[in-house]
Amino acid sequence: MATTSPSRAKTTRAKASRGGTRTGIGERSPVYWLYLVPGGLLFAAVIIVPFVMNLGLSMARWPGVGDITWIGFDNYTRLFADDTFWTSFRNSVAMIVAMVIVPTAIGLVLAAVLFDVVGKRFGNGTASALRAMFYLPQILPVAVAGIVWGWILRPQNGALNTLLEAVGLGDLAQNWLGDPSTALPSVMAILVWVQIGYPVVIFMAALQRVDPDLYEAAELDGAGWWRRFRAITIAQIRPEMFVVALTATIAAMKVFGPVYVLTGGGPGHATNVPSYFAYQNFFERANVGYGAAISTILTLIIIVLSIIFIRFQAASERKERGR
Amino acid sequence: MTATRTAPPSSSAPGPALPRRKDRHHRGVGRWIVLALLVIAAAAMLFPFAVIVLNAFKTPAEYSGAGPLAIPTEFYVDGMINFWNRVNFGQKLWNSFMIAGSVAILAVLVSLFNAYALGIGRVKGRLSIVVLFLIANMLPHEALIYPLYFIANEVGLYNTQLAVIIIFTVIQSAFGTYLLASVFGTFPKEMLEAAALDGASKWQILWRVVFPMSRPTLSVLVVFFFIWTWNEFFIPLIFLVSNDKQTVPVALGVLEGDRLMDATTTSAAALLGVVPAILFFLFFQRTLARGISAGAVK
Repeated sequence: MATTSPSRAKTTRAKASRGGTRTGIGERSPVYWLYLVPGGLLFAAVIIVPFVMNLGLSMARWPGVGDITWIGFDNYTRLFADDTFWTSFRNSVAMIVAMVIVPTAIGLVLAAVLFDVVGKRFGNGTASALRAMFYLPQILPVAVAGIVWGWILRPQNGALNTLLEAVGLGDLAQNWLGDPSTALPSVMAILVWVQIGYPVVIFMAALQRVDPDLYEAAELDGAGWWRRFRAITIAQIRPEMFVVALTATIAAMKVFGPVYVLTGGGPGHATNVPSYFAYQNFFERANVGYGAAISTILTLIIIVLSIIFIRFQAASERKERGR
Repeated sequence: MTATRTAPPSSSAPGPALPRRKDRHHRGVGRWIVLALLVIAAAAMLFPFAVIVLNAFKTPAEYSGAGPLAIPTEFYVDGMINFWNRVNFGQKLWNSFMIAGSVAILAVLVSLFNAYALGIGRVKGRLSIVVLFLIANMLPHEALIYPLYFIANEVGLYNTQLAVIIIFTVIQSAFGTYLLASVFGTFPKEMLEAAALDGASKWQILWRVVFPMSRPTLSVLVVFFFIWTWNEFFIPLIFLVSNDKQTVPVALGVLEGDRLMDATTTSAAALLGVVPAILFFLFFQRTLARGISAGAVK
């Protein structure tokens, strides 16, 4: 679709503006509504109704069975006074660092170097083989990635500790996931490993549409690699950077699997995140209303973040055009 | 970051005579250093896979004796076979395959219908409908899970694969609808008009004109929906509680959570979880690359 649709889109748009657009099939026939019926019904049953029910439950005290007690906004006021709640959202910021900021920064450099140096000097085959290696962790089920890393980070006889001892850094060996001071950084490092391939692949694809003349011109003007990287590469692939940042931020806010598999939110609440905290209240502590309130706040934050991102992107596009 | 810092040395190598920095095309050792660093970085990315493979075929005695980094001296598959039989892994694979496959087909079908109405039919209020689908795609599953769990219990779908299939059909088609609707927005009108003049009904136009022409996009969606659904963890974890219904990620994730397995069995289990993902990757590499870049530009 990537290869065919853009050109097709262009010709169609051109034709549409030349010819009549409101004749024949293009008109809004009510028959089309029928095609929305199956999807719409399913959507209502699986998304809208549960979402509204969840909103309602966030105003209730309910252990999951028996009578529901309506308590208004009590769950929310309790949440704002709950240390675990604040810890979980602080950890969300750590997840954003690990899944958005670090991978985007490293991914940019990797993509630029792969495209610019490796692709041009050593052939596209080498570049795409390396790209595939960086991307590989992305296709693992997160639960499986968690098992792999949980195994490597085992305190006794684990691969990382053994490796550290083998190179004479045995003092650094420790219970990576079991110690409150290293658990969160360990989970973050694992998420960087999981996430890095995503920006690399997207940015490399984006670089393909950058006009090579721009680089040539900059080179003739004496701009070094770093200047070209900043002034051309980053400026040209900004739309993709927004997409990566937005989608990865949403994913970071929703992290569940790695925490479930690696640490269970512990030790203590050192690695708890909102989605895991909600899960605990729903299914382990039978605090359904409290869990519903957590997930509602999480939803709100995700929507607000998306709106900010999209606004910011629109503003920067306007600025770009204005220049 | 390390890779960029190596670029300047190669450019400053030619000497002080030049007023400006030499370009990257200069034949220096710089590019080899860059390549070497990238290869080291890529090897580091693959290190976890290598360690898993290394230990999946060790006897527990060898593991505790020589440690996780030693090369195995014999090819021991009993651990893996025992694990396979203990968790009935073949069934887990089949469950995952059945759920992910059904979702991929059904979600593409639902997306196709929705997008036909939105992108080609251009029904009133289509923009708000597309935005609604987009928001649904962003929702954390936690904001739906308890009511879904409750409803499924009420209608007797709890602990059934059908429930998981229905839920993911909707979740994946929310994304598919959004993507396809924008692709269909640029569908060549003259083809639709020609078919309409020939007396084709909307249903016939969908299947004889729109479907064949959008097949490349649809196949990308099928692959993505399959892999996304295969990888899903949270909703299957809640809905599939009995052993014989679980998917591969849930079965492995629950085992890891229990921490009851010895080291070599765990690495054999991890390898069994990794292998299907790598197979999909090799199998669908082109489609994935095509889809990822298209998804980014959309």
